[in-house]
Amino acid sequence: MDGMDTTLEDIYTQYPDTVKKNRKKHIVIKSETDEACPQIEANTRTIPGIISQRGCAYAGCKGVVVGPIKDMITITHGPVGCGYYSWGTRRNKARADATTPKDKIYSQLCFTTDMQEPDIVFGGDKKLAKMIDEIVSAFHPRAINICSTCPIGLIGDDIGAVAKAASERHGIQVLAYACEGYKGVSQSAGHHIANNNIMQNVVGTGTERKPGKHVINILGEYNIGGDGWEQERILQDCGYTVNSVLTGDASYVDIKNLHLADINLVQCHRSINYIAEMMETKYGIPWLKVNFIGIEATNQSLRQLAKCFNDPELEARTEEVIARETARIEPSLEQYRKICQGKKAFAFVGGSRSHHYQHLLKDLGMEVVVAGYEFAHRDDYEGRQVIPTIKSDADSKNIPELHLKPDETMYREAHQYLDLTKEQFEALKKEVPISYYEGMYPDMKSGEIMIDDCNHYELEELIKKLKPDLIFTGVRDKYIAEKMGIPAKQMHSYDYAGPYAGYNGAINFAHDVTNALSTPAWKLIVPPWEREEEPESEVQEGAPHA
Amino acid sequence: MLECVPEGKIEHTTGKINPAKTCQPIGAMYASLGIHGCLPHSHGSQGCCAYHRMHLTRHFRDQVLASSSSFTEGASVFGGASNLKTSIKNIFKIYNPDIIAIHTTCLSETIGDDVPNIIKQSEIPEGKVVIHTNTPSYVGSHITGFSNMCKSMVAYLAEAQGETKKEQVNVLPGFVNPGDMREIRRIVTALGIKLVMFPDTSGVLDAPLTSKYQMFPEGGATVAEIRDSGNSEVTLALGAFASNAAADLLQEKCGVTGIPLKLPIGLKATDDFIMALKDWFGVEIPKEIAIERGQVIDTLIDTHFHYQGKTVAVFGDPDHVIAMTEFAITMGMVPKYVLTGTPGKEFEATITKMLGDAGITGSKVKAEGDLFELHEWIREEKVDLMIGTTYGKYIARKEDIPLVRFGFPILDRAVHPLMPVVGYRGCLRLIEQISNALLERRDRDALDEDFELVL
Ligand code: SF4
Ligand code: SF4
Repeated sequence: MDGMDTTLEDIYTQYPDTVKKNRKKHIVIKSETDEACPQIEANTRTIPGIISQRGCAYAGCKGVVVGPIKDMITITHGPVGCGYYSWGTRRNKARADATTPKDKIYSQLCFTTDMQEPDIVFGGDKKLAKMIDEIVSAFHPRAINICSTCPIGLIGDDIGAVAKAASERHGIQVLAYACEGYKGVSQSAGHHIANNNIMQNVVGTGTERKPGKHVINILGEYNIGGDGWEQERILQDCGYTVNSVLTGDASYVDIKNLHLADINLVQCHRSINYIAEMMETKYGIPWLKVNFIGIEATNQSLRQLAKCFNDPELEARTEEVIARETARIEPSLEQYRKICQGKKAFAFVGGSRSHHYQHLLKDLGMEVVVAGYEFAHRDDYEGRQVIPTIKSDADSKNIPELHLKPDETMYREAHQYLDLTKEQFEALKKEVPISYYEGMYPDMKSGEIMIDDCNHYELEELIKKLKPDLIFTGVRDKYIAEKMGIPAKQMHSYDYAGPYAGYNGAINFAHDVTNALSTPAWKLIVPPWEREEEPESEVQEGAPHA
Repeated sequence: MLECVPEGKIEHTTGKINPAKTCQPIGAMYASLGIHGCLPHSHGSQGCCAYHRMHLTRHFRDQVLASSSSFTEGASVFGGASNLKTSIKNIFKIYNPDIIAIHTTCLSETIGDDVPNIIKQSEIPEGKVVIHTNTPSYVGSHITGFSNMCKSMVAYLAEAQGETKKEQVNVLPGFVNPGDMREIRRIVTALGIKLVMFPDTSGVLDAPLTSKYQMFPEGGATVAEIRDSGNSEVTLALGAFASNAAADLLQEKCGVTGIPLKLPIGLKATDDFIMALKDWFGVEIPKEIAIERGQVIDTLIDTHFHYQGKTVAVFGDPDHVIAMTEFAITMGMVPKYVLTGTPGKEFEATITKMLGDAGITGSKVKAEGDLFELHEWIREEKVDLMIGTTYGKYIARKEDIPLVRFGFPILDRAVHPLMPVVGYRGCLRLIEQISNALLERRDRDALDEDFELVL
C-alpha cells in the first residue's frame, strides 16, 4: 500500500530523527503479501516529552487487577494522589452475592497512607503498619492489599515485611505489591506484578468447588458497565457455573478457589495471560482465549467452549442459546446498521479491547482502519508464536518471572479437566485454539494500520489524513477527537453506559454508537452566518467532517 | 451503600480514608493550562501525568494536554536530567508551544532532580520559554501545587519596567473554573478597569467546538501579559491558599501592591471584590452591576424560607469552603461541619471566627481532614444539606441528604465548568441550586396530603 506509506511518511516529517526512527518501528501496515505479521515494536519505553496515553505500573496493578476485588481492602502506600485518582474511576461494578455480603464490599472507599514529608524522610513502614491495625479493627476485612507508589521504592520501605508482620498479627492475608509507577514501561508491568502475587499467594488456597457440571473461570474481565454479568448470564444459560470472574466483581474467597474450575477463559489477554499460563503449569488447567464482544465473536467463543467438553447436551443447549439470543436482537440491530454501515473507525484502547471491538464493529458494518494498544506486547499484535523470540530488555527484567512447577497433589492433565481422553483432547486442539491467541493482525484488512502506543501527535495527523467517522479511545483523547469534529466513545468507561459484552451489550453498543454518529449537533457546528449553501445540501448520515 | 462502615466510633488517626484533597502536580498542571500556548510538562513517571490529565478531563470534559518525562527505573536511579532535556527538545520540535511549564512529581522530588539547572542546560529555541515549579506530593495538596505554579509564573516571567505603574489590575483568580474566570473578567471589564488575569483557563478549557482543531486554543494569559503584571498598580489575590504566595512575590519582586481577598463567591465576598476595585481605581459602579446585586438581594428575600436555619456541611478546597461558608451564613444557614483536606491552620481560624461573629456554636471545623471523618460527624448528628465535591455523593446517598455539587472536582454532573459561581450572578446560581435541592427533597418526602403545587 504505497499510498498509505506516504501518508505515514508525511506524519513522521515533524519528528526529530531519533523519534522518527523509534516510532516507525511501532507502526505496521497490513499487507496482503505478508503471510505473517511483520514485527511491531511494543512494550518499550515511551519517548520522553511525547504526549502518550499510557499510565504506570501502579495503575495496572491497583487500578486494573487488584482494585476490583470487592471484599479486599486495598491500601495505597504513598502520597495522596495515586490512591485518590484510582478511587472509583474504573467502573468495575460489584454486588453482594452468596459468598460476599454487602458489609464486606469496600469498593466505595479509598485508603491511602497519605505520606507526608517527614514520612518520606524517616520512612513510612510504621505509618503503614498502624493504618493496617486501625483498618482491621474497624472493618474486619477478609484480606488486605498494599500497593506502593513511586517514592516508596526510592525510600526503601519494606512493604513485604510490614505485610508479613501484619498478617501474623491479625491472622488474615496481607499482600504487598511493589508496583511503583516507574516499574516497566506502562500499566503492563503492574498487571504482571499483580498476577504473580495473586497466583503465588491466593489461588490454590481454597477447597470449595462451586456446584455444577461444568465449572469455568473468566479471566481478564473487569465487569466495566456490567460486561461480566452479561457473560455470566449467557454462560449460565448454556449450562456452565462461573466460578470467578477475574477480577471484575470477584471476591477474595472465590479467587482462592480459582484452581477448582475445569477451564479458564481468557478475555483480556494482556492483563491476565500470566495467571492463565501459570495455572496451566501448576495445575494443568487448559485455557481458551475468548471474546464476548460482538455477536459473531460471542457465538464463536460459545461454540468453541462447548466443544471443549465431551457433552452433546451442552453443545445442543449452546446452539439453542445462540439461536434464541441472535433472533431476539437481530431486528433491532438491523435498525442501527442502517446508520453504522460503511463507517470507518479508529480504536486505541488498552491491551486487548482494540481487537475485541473490531468484531462488534464488523457486526454493525463498520471497519476499523487504524487500531492500536496503549501497553500491549508483541504477541497481542502478532500472536503468541512470537513470544519465544521476544527479547527481554532492562525494563521487563525488573519484573520478576515466577517459575512454577506442577503442583504435586493438585496437578492433572488438561484432558482430565475436560473429561476427555488424551486422543480426544489432541483432536480438540486441532479444532479449537486451546492455550493460543493469534493476536490482532489476522483480523486487520490489507492497507489498515496497526499502531503501538499511539501518541497525541500521531492521532491528530491520522485523523486529518484518514478522516475516520468515529474514534474509540480513552477519556484523555475523547475530547481531542471531538474538537476535531469526530465523534468519540470512551472505551475504558463506555461513557458510563454498558454492558457492551454479549447480546444485550451488542444492542447497547449499537445504540450508543448510532447516537454518537447521529446526534443532531454534528450538523450544526458551522453557524448559520458562516454557511455558504443551504444546510440541507450537505445533509448526510453521521458526522460531517470539517 | 457503605454497609461496610461499622456502627459506632472508629479509631482513625493514620493516613486518609476517602481523602478530601489530592496531590500537588494536578494543581500545577491546571494553572499551567491558564497560560496561552503552554504545554504543561510533568517531570516524573508517566502514570502521574496520565492520572492528572484524566482527572482534569473528567471535571472539565475538555481536552487536557500535558507531556511527561516518562521515567522508567533507570531514570529513577540515575536522575531524570537526560529525560527532561530530551523532553524539552522533543516538545518544541513536535508540538511547538510558546512555553513549557514543568512541574515535578513525588518521584523526581524524592530523587532530588535540580530542575532549574537542567533547564539551563537545555536547548530552548529563540523566543520560547521554559518555567518550572516544585510540587512534591507529600506536602500540601493540589491547591498548594496550583499556588506554587502561580508563584513560579511571577518568579520567571513578571518584570517591572521602572517605577511607574500602569493603571491596571492583576487578578489572581485562584483554582476556579474557566466559567468563573470569564465572569471575573466580565465584572472587572464592566467597571472599566484594564486587567491582567493569570492563570486564565477560559478559552482553553471551555473552548468552543468549531471543528477547526487547535492544540493550543485561543484562551489563556499570554507570556507577554504575565510579564506585564509587574507593571500593574495592584494585585487582587483571590483566595489565600491559591493566590497569596504569587501576590506576595509580585509585591516583593516588582513592587505591585497585593490585596488579599476571598474568592468572590457569595454576596459579601463579591462586595469586597468590587469595593477593592472601586477604592483603588475610583471608578463608578455601573448600573448593570448594581442591578445584578439588587437581584441577589431580591432573591435572598424571596427565597429565605427555603433554606434559612437549615444545617449544612461544607467541604472541599479551602478557598472555596471559606467563601461558601460565609455565603451560607449570609443566607441564614447554619454551617455545622466545615472541612477541607488541604492542611493549614488559617483555615480553621478563619472559619471559627466567621462562625463566632455570626453567633453560631457547636460546629465542627477541620483542615487536613478526610471524608470518612466528615461521614462520622454526620452519622453522629445529621445535617439538612451537603455542599461540596462529587466525592460526597456516597455519604449523601447513605445518609439520605441532598448534595449540592460545588468546587473541584465535579465528575458526575455536566456544564458546571462553564457556569460561574463567582460574582452576583454566581450568587443567583448558588441560591437556585441550594433552594431547589431542598425543595426537591421536600416534594419527595411529602405525604400525599402535604404535597403542594406552590412552594
Ligand atoms: S506518584 Fe505522586 S505525583 Fe504521582 S499521582 Fe501519585 S501522589 Fe501524585
Ligand atoms: S483491555 Fe486493556 S484496559 Fe482493559 S484490562 Fe485489558 S489491558 Fe487493561
